This record gives sequence, structure tokens and C-alpha cells, in this order.
Amino acid sequence: MAKSPETEHPNKVFGWAARDKSGVLSPFNFSRRDNGENDVTVKILFCGVCHTDLHTVKNDWGYSYYPVVPGHEIVGIATKVGKNVTKFKEGDRVGVGVITGSCQSCESCDQDLENYCPQMSFTYNAIGADGTKNYGGYSDNIVVDQRFVLRFPENLPSDSGAPLLCAGITVYSPMKYYGMTEAGKHLGVAGLGGLGHVAVKIAKAFGLKVTVISSSPKKEEEAITQLGADSFLVTTDPQKMQAAIGTMDYIIDTVSAVHALYPLLGLLKVNGKLIALGLPEKPLELPMFPLVLGRKMVGGSDIGGMKETQEMLDFCAKHNITADIELIKMDEINSAMERLAKSDVKYRFVIDVANSLSPP
Amino acid sequence: MGKVLEKEAFGLAAKDNSGVLSPFSFSRRETGEKDVRFKVLFCGICHSDLHMVKNEWGSSIYPVVPGHEIVGVVTEVGAKVTKFKTGDNVGVGCLVGSCGSCDNCTEGMENYCPKLIQTYGFKYYDDTITCGGYSDHMVCDEGFVIRIPDNLPMDAAAPLLCAGITVYSPMKYHGLDKPGMHIGVVGLGGLGHVGVKFAKAMGCKVTVISTSEGKRDEAINRLGADTFLVSRDPKQVKDAMGTMDGIIDTVSATHPLLPLLGLLKHKGKLVMVGAPVKPLELPVLPLIFERKMVVGSLIGGIKETQEMMDMAAKHNITADIELISADYVNTAMERLEKADVRYRFVIDVANTLKPSPIL
Repeated sequence: MAKSPETEHPNKVFGWAARDKSGVLSPFNFSRRDNGENDVTVKILFCGVCHTDLHTVKNDWGYSYYPVVPGHEIVGIATKVGKNVTKFKEGDRVGVGVITGSCQSCESCDQDLENYCPQMSFTYNAIGADGTKNYGGYSDNIVVDQRFVLRFPENLPSDSGAPLLCAGITVYSPMKYYGMTEAGKHLGVAGLGGLGHVAVKIAKAFGLKVTVISSSPKKEEEAITQLGADSFLVTTDPQKMQAAIGTMDYIIDTVSAVHALYPLLGLLKVNGKLIALGLPEKPLELPMFPLVLGRKMVGGSDIGGMKETQEMLDFCAKHNITADIELIKMDEINSAMERLAKSDVKYRFVIDVANSLSPP
Repeated sequence: MGKVLEKEAFGLAAKDNSGVLSPFSFSRRETGEKDVRFKVLFCGICHSDLHMVKNEWGSSIYPVVPGHEIVGVVTEVGAKVTKFKTGDNVGVGCLVGSCGSCDNCTEGMENYCPKLIQTYGFKYYDDTITCGGYSDHMVCDEGFVIRIPDNLPMDAAAPLLCAGITVYSPMKYHGLDKPGMHIGVVGLGGLGHVGVKFAKAMGCKVTVISTSEGKRDEAINRLGADTFLVSRDPKQVKDAMGTMDGIIDTVSATHPLLPLLGLLKHKGKLVMVGAPVKPLELPVLPLIFERKMVVGSLIGGIKETQEMMDMAAKHNITADIELISADYVNTAMERLEKADVRYRFVIDVANTLKPSPIL
């Protein structure tokens, strides 16, 4: 008889899952493996709600394996560590991000770039090394190989630090890789949501001048007074866009809807770089002339490796960078998802798992 | 007719967007203190010349005297010229002026100066429109003149002044010039064939990527490419997935980028040097999940053009050309439009360009 999610592993776990592409989440009993010799078992305190969670529960990308327990911005306490675990002990505050497995022997893994390993497995909605499905952080605990567990710095709050595990590393990694950290240079951040608002904070910590590029004029005041951006550019204002042409060294484009690259490329200086982080459903249009005439570049980036994720957390701790969050209870997740679909959140929902997730 | 300058000149010009070239008398300035004046021996026909004579980019100011792959012999130098003397073999490429003071200019990248002046079709400091190398002689600021090394044949070196630097510059800038790297070259025309030669000289493994099987033999046997791949054949593309450090894409027609991105290794770079007029579809997922990049590049700075020319001399790199007479130029343009040339037409200006009307 095929094993059910409840019986396939020895340890009972409770969480919330989406069963179909309506994306509606509801209580779900399942199970996890015993804590192996390389594993850390984490009692989950908080879990951020990433836009990817919404895409996955609704099967927007066409590869959701229901039931889906989302959640890859997880902060909790280590309750068990396997005998080979050297980096953590029981009681440590730890984080788990977007990936929980990789081959650990390819060129990418050797360079601490597990995120580019061809056998990388995601924290949820993926098949793990034991051939069973991975379930994410909208649950009471998770068991993870120590390589994919992060030490959560002391002064980083668990709730507002949680989104850094995806949003934070997603913007930090390309900023380092593409050399976008030189103090005094001018960075544009397109889109002001979960990724964008963290990008502003991290960029300011690197000493960059930051302009938020947005289609919503209403976001200007917060961008400047709350997030610390130096200026705000409304894409629907032709005069302001014209005046900003050729002024930016780099642009981090967090917008996931299909959108025009031409005006963004125009904002770049010669040799400017545009890094796409959002995942649009369709290809974008790339105009060639701006690229060729200005030796400009369009690149991408996907989260980050484990070593640089730890580096990012330590950097954020040092500079007191956390996400701006709205803390919710587990049973508020469906209305939070509806609001997230309308970008109605400043700027990340975080589920107070430990205090609100309880079996019925 | 425009301002008349001190010295008479003659050449070939397109008078309207039919693009048909015919004899044209005009004038050039006298040799200024920083100028180099030279008799034009040969001028390459670049695909840009075709676009400009037909006003395909919408920026042409008629009459257009094209030509920016110009080589010749110095006849006169201004009093403050230090790098050249009468009798020197020289060339001029796509640029004849820039501001000299912006970041791009001070870093030797005059090609990205916002005030750059191209060799033809641009307004010069004396308010005249620049005229290119389909003409009997050129006068150019010393700072934009290239020395042609003695061992390079002048006719086959001329196309390097645009085609050569256009592929050389991004290969150097993006670090795609290391021995052992695997470089793809898309399109086997004026740019592509020179790209293969430079990449081989840099010690790279080269794969030519083409839409037609017909070019396989010449890519491998004539130009020295290591392998050849038909981009419309899904199996050939699949077998080569994830194998290339960089791809130089010389194709100016609209074409799909997804298969090319798939051919790149992680962190690979797709360099666009062809300039399709319409935007191309950019699949973003390969950029994100495999950290790949699409970059553009436009010719090169003057210092690196000289560096490119010196490297060509060292490795005996020249273009494969079809030498034509001036009266063949319109037929050559028609053939160029159909990519019917191996791989660059070069006009034998000194021997065939006459001031009298062509019958």
C-alpha cells in the first residue's frame, strides 16, 4: 500500500498545506524523517511568506506537487543535532532558507554555490535525497542536513530576520557577484515589495546612493523616510524618467510581472548592469540598441549559496537590517495570500508559527 | 549643398533611401595642426553602410558617403602630429571625434562617448556632415588614426577596423580571451568569420553556430573553427548544452535567444554585437537559474583598436575579402543584402574610384 504523507516517515508533524491550485491552505498532518547523523531538527518559531509560496500553491509555474506545505524563510530553535553535526547544538537559534539539499560534490557545490547545483533540492515542493517530498516551514518542525542550516546572529530578531533567508540573500548575492557594492555608486531598485525593500536597506549599508523605481507614487514617502532611499522615480512620469536617463550604475529589478526593460536600460550609465530577480511568466522584450550602444548588461541571479547566506545574515546583523513585516497567525494565511497577490503588504508577512500553529 | 571646405574630394554617395551610390564631388577641410591626411587605397563595405544608405535606422542625412573600414597612405600631417608621417600606412575605423574629457574618453573608450562623432553621417566640429571612406582621400584627427603594421596586406586588413574591433573588444572586456575557453560564434559573415580567427588566435576552442548546414565545411576547413552547430537542429543544440564560456552573436536579424542561452555554461555570457532593430525575446529564467548574462558591445576604443590591429599582425589575421571596383559597389550592396559574400567586400578605391561619372 502506498504510504501517505502521515505515514511515510516516523515522526508526526503538523502544518498547513494547499491541496490544489485554488491555493487555499488548510491544516495538514504529515511526517518527517528521524534526525540523522548529519541532521538538525528545528522547532519552527517563525516563517516568512514569500511570493514564491503564493506562486507555488497556485501552481503558477506548472510544477506544484500537491499537497504543498510552503515556507522557506524559517527561523527556529535546534532541538536535536546528529552525531556528525559540529556547527550547531541543541538550543541554538537557527535558520533554514530556500534549499535543503544538493549533491555536495560538483563544481558548484565545491565553490559553496549549492544554489546552482544541478541536483539542488528546494525546501518544499521538491524531492529530497531520500526520494520523498520536501515540506516547508508552515509547520511545527523541520529536519535539515547541517550544511543547509544557518546560524542566526544574536542581535537579529527571529521574526523580522526570517525574510532575509530568501529575500535578503536574493538581493545580497547579485550585489556582491556583479560588483554592485562600491560606496558612492548609484543603484536603482525597481519594485518595492519583499525583495525591493530589503535591497534598499542592504544597498544603503554598502554606502550606495539608492533610487527606488516604481509605478506607484504612493510608495514614495515610505521609500524615503522609512527605508532610507535617496530618491524615488515614478515610471509613469515621462519628464522625471527623461531626467534620470544615464544616471544609474546598476539596477536591481525585482518586478515579477511582465514589464518593459527599455526604460530601465535607459536609466543605466554606459557599462551599467541590470540584474533581473523577478520571475515573469513570459519572456521579456530586450531592445538591442541600448544594450549595444552603452555596453550594458542584463543578468540574473538565484538566491545564494550557503556560505554567502551566512555572510549575508552576519552583514545584516552588523548593520541592523531586518525586513519590515506584518506578523500573522497561521489561520490568517489565506487572507494574507490574497493581500499578497495584490501587493497589499508592507513588505513581508511572517507567520508566528510557534504561537499560532496548533493541531485542531 | 552645405558648407564648402578648402580641399576638393570625390567619392560615392547615396542620395536617397534607394541606397543607390553614384559619383559625388564634395570637399574636405585642409589639414589642421592635429590632422593626418591620407590617400585612400581600400575601403571595406560594412553591413552598417548598407543600413545607412537605405536609412534603415532612420538617422541618415543625405547625401551619405559611407565607409568606415578605410586604409591608405599618409600624404600630409599637421604641425602638431607626432605619431604619423608622410608615407605611413594608416587606417580609420568608425570614429573620427569624441569629447576627450568624459570618463569613457579618459578610459580609452571613445566609442561610448556621448559626443562621439562617427566617420560618416555625423555632424563634425566645423558643422559639416562627416563623409566616409568611399572617397579618394580622408583627413582625420591623429587621435583616431590607426597604424597598419607592415606585414598586413592593406586590402584584407581594412575590415578589421570595424569587424575586427567589434569582436575583439568584448572578448577582452568580458574575459572571453583565455586559452582553453570555449567560444561560440553565431553567424558566419563579416563579423563572424573574423570572430572565429581572433578566438582561435587567443587559444580558444571555437564552435560556429549557424542556421545553415551549408557553411560547415568552410567554418571548419577554411576558417579553422573546431566544431559547427546548426541552431535549428534541436539534437545538435541539446548535445552542446552548457558547454560554452561565451557566445559572440553577430546576427542582426531577429532570432531566438533561448537556445543560445542554453548553450552557455553557468555564468556564461552572450555578447550581442549584431544589432537587430526590433527587440528580441529575452527568457529570464536561464539568466536567473544559471546566472547567465546578455551583454552588448559597440566597436571599441582607439587604443584597443590599435592593440587589435597589432595582434592581427602578430597572428597574421586578416579578413577574407572579395576585392571589387568602385563601379561594382551597387551590385555588391545587393549581394551583401543576401549575405552573398565570403566575407567582406573591399573597394579598390585608389585604382578604380574616378571623379568622372560611371556609365
